[in-house]
Amino acid sequence: MSDYDPVEVTPLHADEVSRMEADAIAAIKTAGDLDALKQARLAHAGDRSPIALANREIGALPPAARAEAGKRVGTARKAINEAMAARQAELEAERDARVLVEEAVDVTLPWDRRPRGARHPLTTLQERIADAFVAMGYEVAEGPELEGEWFNFDALNIAKDHPARSEHDTFFVGSTESGMVLRTQTSPVQVRALLQRELPVYVISPGKTFRTDELDATHTPVFHQTEGLAIDEGLTMAHLKGTLDRFAEVMFGKGITTRFRPNYFPFTEPSAEMDLKCFVCRGTSAIPGNPPCRTCKSEGWIEWGGCGMVNPRVLIACGVDPARYSGFAFGMGIERTLMFRHNAEDMRDMVEGDNRFTLPFGMEI
Amino acid sequence: MKVPLSWLREYVDLPAATAHEVADKLTAAGLKLESIASYGHDVKNVVVGEVLEIEELTGFKKPIRHCRVEVGEAEPRLIVCGATNFAAGDRVPVVLPGGVLPGGFEVGSRKTYGRMSEGMICSERELGLGDDHNGIMVLPADTPIGTDVVELLGLRDDVIELEITPDIGYALSIRGVAREVATAFGVDFRDPAAVEPPPVETETAWPASIADPTACDRFVLREVSGFDPAAQSPLWMRVRLNRAGMRPVSLAVDITNYLMLELGQPLHAFDRGRLRGEIVVRRAAAGERLETLDHVVRELDPDDILITDQSGPISMAGTMGGLETEISDGSTDIVIEAAHFSATGISRESRRHGLVSEASKRFERGVDRELPLVASWRAVRLLAELGGATVRPGVTHAEVAVEPARIAIPSGYPGRVAGVDYSKDTVVARLEQVGCVVADGDDPAVRKGGVAPTGVVTGGALAAKLAVTGDDMITVTPPSWRPDLTDPNDLAEEVIRLEGYESLPSVLPSAPAGAGLTEGQRLHRRVGRALAEGGYVEVLSYPFISGDDFDRLLLPADDARRLAARLANPLSEDEPLMRTTLLPGLLKTLVRNAGRGFSDVALFESGSVYRPRPSAPETAPVLGVERRPTAEEIASIEAALPDQPLRVAAVLAGEFERSGWWGDGRTASWADAVQAARLVAAEARVELSISADQHEPWHPGRCAALYVGDTLVGHAGELHPRVIEAYGLPARTAAMELELTRLEAAMPGPVQTPSVSAYPVATQDVALIVPDFTPVADVEAALRDGAGDLLESIRLFDVYAGEQVGEGNKSLAYSMRFRASDRTLTVEETTAARDAAVAMAADRVGAQPRT
Repeated sequence: MSDYDPVEVTPLHADEVSRMEADAIAAIKTAGDLDALKQARLAHAGDRSPIALANREIGALPPAARAEAGKRVGTARKAINEAMAARQAELEAERDARVLVEEAVDVTLPWDRRPRGARHPLTTLQERIADAFVAMGYEVAEGPELEGEWFNFDALNIAKDHPARSEHDTFFVGSTESGMVLRTQTSPVQVRALLQRELPVYVISPGKTFRTDELDATHTPVFHQTEGLAIDEGLTMAHLKGTLDRFAEVMFGKGITTRFRPNYFPFTEPSAEMDLKCFVCRGTSAIPGNPPCRTCKSEGWIEWGGCGMVNPRVLIACGVDPARYSGFAFGMGIERTLMFRHNAEDMRDMVEGDNRFTLPFGMEI
Repeated sequence: MKVPLSWLREYVDLPAATAHEVADKLTAAGLKLESIASYGHDVKNVVVGEVLEIEELTGFKKPIRHCRVEVGEAEPRLIVCGATNFAAGDRVPVVLPGGVLPGGFEVGSRKTYGRMSEGMICSERELGLGDDHNGIMVLPADTPIGTDVVELLGLRDDVIELEITPDIGYALSIRGVAREVATAFGVDFRDPAAVEPPPVETETAWPASIADPTACDRFVLREVSGFDPAAQSPLWMRVRLNRAGMRPVSLAVDITNYLMLELGQPLHAFDRGRLRGEIVVRRAAAGERLETLDHVVRELDPDDILITDQSGPISMAGTMGGLETEISDGSTDIVIEAAHFSATGISRESRRHGLVSEASKRFERGVDRELPLVASWRAVRLLAELGGATVRPGVTHAEVAVEPARIAIPSGYPGRVAGVDYSKDTVVARLEQVGCVVADGDDPAVRKGGVAPTGVVTGGALAAKLAVTGDDMITVTPPSWRPDLTDPNDLAEEVIRLEGYESLPSVLPSAPAGAGLTEGQRLHRRVGRALAEGGYVEVLSYPFISGDDFDRLLLPADDARRLAARLANPLSEDEPLMRTTLLPGLLKTLVRNAGRGFSDVALFESGSVYRPRPSAPETAPVLGVERRPTAEEIASIEAALPDQPLRVAAVLAGEFERSGWWGDGRTASWADAVQAARLVAAEARVELSISADQHEPWHPGRCAALYVGDTLVGHAGELHPRVIEAYGLPARTAAMELELTRLEAAMPGPVQTPSVSAYPVATQDVALIVPDFTPVADVEAALRDGAGDLLESIRLFDVYAGEQVGEGNKSLAYSMRFRASDRTLTVEETTAARDAAVAMAADRVGAQPRT
C-alpha cells in the first residue's frame, strides 16, 4: 500500500459528498411523477449513482480515514433514501387520489333489474289484526268459505225466515234447498270454534265472506271480515267494549273517536254497533249548515262493525252452558278498515288487482 | 221511519232540544239517525191576506190575474197571479216583498205581465206543505188577516229519519218513538193508544172468524156508514203524511195511513157493499188467485195468509188488499179491519210475492197485539169527524188466546251482563219504562213453554236452558208492543241500552296465554312474503268462474277440475261456478294489467279452491238448535261440503328482469314459474322433486310436475299457446299452481342443525354425456346418491350440445364439493367418491364421462 495516493479519492471529500446529497435531493424533489422519481432513484441512489460509487471508494482509504468517510457517506445516503421515500409516498397518494376520481360513477343511476312485488293490503291488514289479537292471547281460527247453512245461519239463531237467508242476500250452492251457502259472515267460525275447542275460547278469525251485492265503489260481493269471539266465565259487555277500544286504538292510533250504540243481530244479545268518527269530514257534516259528506252520508259516523254478547241460544246450539259461560263476539269489515286507515275510497281498486294500487303497500301495512 | 218533531211533541213534553239533540239520544237508545230534513226554517214574511178584487188580464197565453189583496198593512198589495181557483173574498197565504219561501226562494216587487206585483199568492207546494200545485191554497174564511202563516200552518218542522232494526217493530210508529224520546229525556209520555173504546158489545159488525190460529190471533172489524167520499183530508193530516213519507190519497185511505204511522197498527178499509158473507182468515188453498190493488193477479201459495169471504180471497193479509173490495171514490159504507197476524207468516208472504208494504214491514217486525180494538175505534171516529160518517154500533172481535211471555231473572242479571252494578231499583225502573210489568219472585209458570204465533220459541227445553237463576228473582211481563222480549238477555239489553252504552266501562279481559299462530298459518304468511319479495304482486280475485274457463284452459272432458260447485243464484250467469283452480282469476288479472299498459307482470294469489267430492250427498242437513249436534250430525254436514284446500298460484309475463342502461333484461319463462314453486316449497322446508309432465293448461313440452316424495303438489311451466290465445295473454306467459294444504302436510319438523366442518373443501369437476331426453334432475340425483356422504354440494355449471358430444346427446358439467366433518380428505378419497358418483350416473341414466 506504499503507492497510496489520497488525492485520488476526492469523491470522499466532505464537499463532494455534500454536493452529491444536494444533487440527489434536488432531483427527488423535482420528480413530477412516479416515473421521474424512478429515474431520480436510478441516477442518485442506484448502484451506479455517484454516492454508491463513492461508497465503494471507502475501502481504498487508509484505515484511519475510513470511519469518518463511512459515516459521512452513510449519513448522506440515509438522507437521500428518506427524501426518496417521502416523495414516493407523496406521489403515490397523488396518483391514488387521481385514480379514485377517475373511477367515480353516477350513483343515482337506477338499478331496478328485479323489482320487488307486494302483498295485497287486505291480506296484510288481516295479518296485522290477527297479530294484535294474538298479542292479547287469542288464537287464529279458520273455517270453510263454502259453508253449511246450519253453521252460517241456524246455529247463529238466524231463523229460517230471516231476510238474510233469501237469495237476495246469500249465495246458495247447488240449489236453495242444498243446505250449503257461501258464508255471509265470518260468524260460522264462532260455531266451529265452540264445537272444536275447549273452553275458554278466545279466537280471532279474519277471512273471506260473500253477499250478493254488485260491485261498486262501496260494495263488493266478495269481501273480508274479521270475527272475534271470547267465551269464558264472567265475561261482560264492559270486556267487549274494552277489547274493541283496544282494537280501534291498535288499528287507527290513539286519536280515534269511537261510538258504541245499540243495534240488533240475531246471534248477539245485547247487540251493539261500533262506529268510527268519519275520517273525511271528522263528523262536521252532521251539523246543519255544514257542507255534506259523501263518505259518511253526512251522518258524521261510519259503521265499523257489529258486536255484542253471544246470544245464549248460540251457546246452547254449540253445547255451551250459558249459565256458566258468557262471552262476546264482533265482526269488523276489513275493507272498511282499509278505507278508514289508508284513505282508500273505492272498493273496486281492492278487487281489480291493478299493480299500481297494490305495490305501494309493500310487505306490511 | 220518518218522524216529524211536531208530531212527537204532541205526545212528549220535549224540552227545547234541537232535532240533532233528539236524534243523538235516539241513536244512543238504538234508533239510529239516518238523516234530518228541515222544513220552513228559512221561510219569512208570509201572511194571511184577503183577496179584495180581481182584474182578469187578457192577451197572454194563459189566464193571468191582477189582484188587490188586503194583508193588514196600511194599503192593500197589488199582486199578479197565474192561478184561477180563488175568488174575491177568499183568504189566501201571501208572501210579501222581502219574504222567503222554502228553499231560500226570495220574493220581491217586480213588474210582470205589464203590471207591478208586490209579492206572491202561494200554493201548498210553494209553502213546502205538499205536492198540491193545482192552485192557490184557500184558507178558511175566518182566518185572521195578517196572521203569520209560518205559525198558522206549522210550516216550520224537522223530520228525523231513523233506521229501525228488525227487532223493534214498535219503533215504526210515532207512539214507539215518542216513548223512547220520553225515556231518553226523562219527561212524560202520553200514549196515543190510551183511548178507551166503548166496551165490546154483544152486537157485532160484519161477521168474521179466524180459521187458522197460527196465521192470526186477533181480528177486529168496525163499520161506518154515510161516509162522504168527496170529503178532503185536512191540511194538518196531509202535511204530516207527506213529511212522514206517505202520499195523501183520499180521506179514508189517509186516515188508515195516519193511524198506522201514529200507532203502528196497519189498518185496511173494505167497501162494505162489495163484501160477500162472513170474512174468514185462513191460509190459501192450492190454485187460488187474487188480483191485488196494483192490478197484478197473484198466484197464491198454500202458506199465504188470506182474508176471504164467500167469493174467495179478498186481501193478502198484512201485505196488500184485493182490488175487488177496495174502497173507491163512491164508497160510503166502510168496514175497517185491524188485525194481528203472524210475523213470520207475513214476512214469508211479503218476500214470496216481492211485496214490501208499509203494513208488511210492521207486521213482520211485530205489531202490538192490543192495538186492533183501539186503532179501529180511532179510525171510525176519524171517519165520522172528518168524513161525516156514522159509526155503526158493535164490533167484531175474533181472537185466539195467547199467553203473554213472562221472563224471570235475578234483579242483578242485567248488571252481570253489562259488567256494571245496577241497583234493583234501576233495573225495575228501566224495565217499567220499556212498559214491562215487574213482580218480585220467580213464577214457576213462566217456563211453561210453547211457541208463540210469531214463531219464537218461548218455552220448553230451550227456555229451561236459557233460564237464569240466582238471588232476588223478579218476574217480568213484557208489554204487548214488545214481542221481541223473550229471553233473559233481551231484558238485560233493555236495561243496559237505557242506562246508556256510552257509560259502560271499558275493561280489557285477560285471555289465557295463547299458542300463537299455527305452523300452517305461519307457512301461509311466509309463502306470501317470499313470493312478494321475489317480485310477485298479490291479487285477491273473485272465486267465481265460468264453464268456458275449463275450455279455455284446455281441460279434458274427464278432468277432475271440471267438477265444480255451482251457485244457485250467481251474480252473473256467465260465472256460476266456484273455482277449482286459481289460474282463471290470475290470468284475467294479468290481462287487465297488460291492457292498462303494464306488460311486465308477475302476480300471485293464495286462497281456497272448491273441489266437490264426487260421491258427496247433494244436501247438507240443517240441524236443530236446541242442543249441541252429535259428531255424526256434524259429519253429515261436512260430508256434503266440498274439499276446500288452500292453494297458491303465480303467473308471469313480459320481462321478469328488466332491461335498462345495464343491458338486456330477461323475459319471464317456464323456469321462473318452476323457481317460484321452489321458493314456496323452500318456505315449507321441503324439496320438490320435479319431473316433466303433460298437464293442461301447460305447454306439453314445458310443464313440470311438482312432487314432494310421492305426493303430487302442483305444476309449473309455460302455458299452452292455445291457452295464451284463449285468454289473450302475452306470448310465453308462465304459471305455477301448488296446493299449500298438501305442502303443509309434508312439512318436516323443526330444522336439524347441520354440523359445520372446519376441514378444507375438495372440489372435483365432472362432465357427463347423456342423451338429450335425460332429465337433468335424474342425473343429479344419481350423482348425489353415488357420491355418498362426503358430498357437500353439487352444482350444474354448464349444459352443452354440439358436434363434440355427438348428435342427440348433451354434455352436463358439474362442480362437486367434498368435505368430511372429521378430517382433511385425501385426493384418493375424493377421487373415489367422484368415480362412484359417475359410476352411479352411468348405471342409472347411461351417462358417459366426457373425455
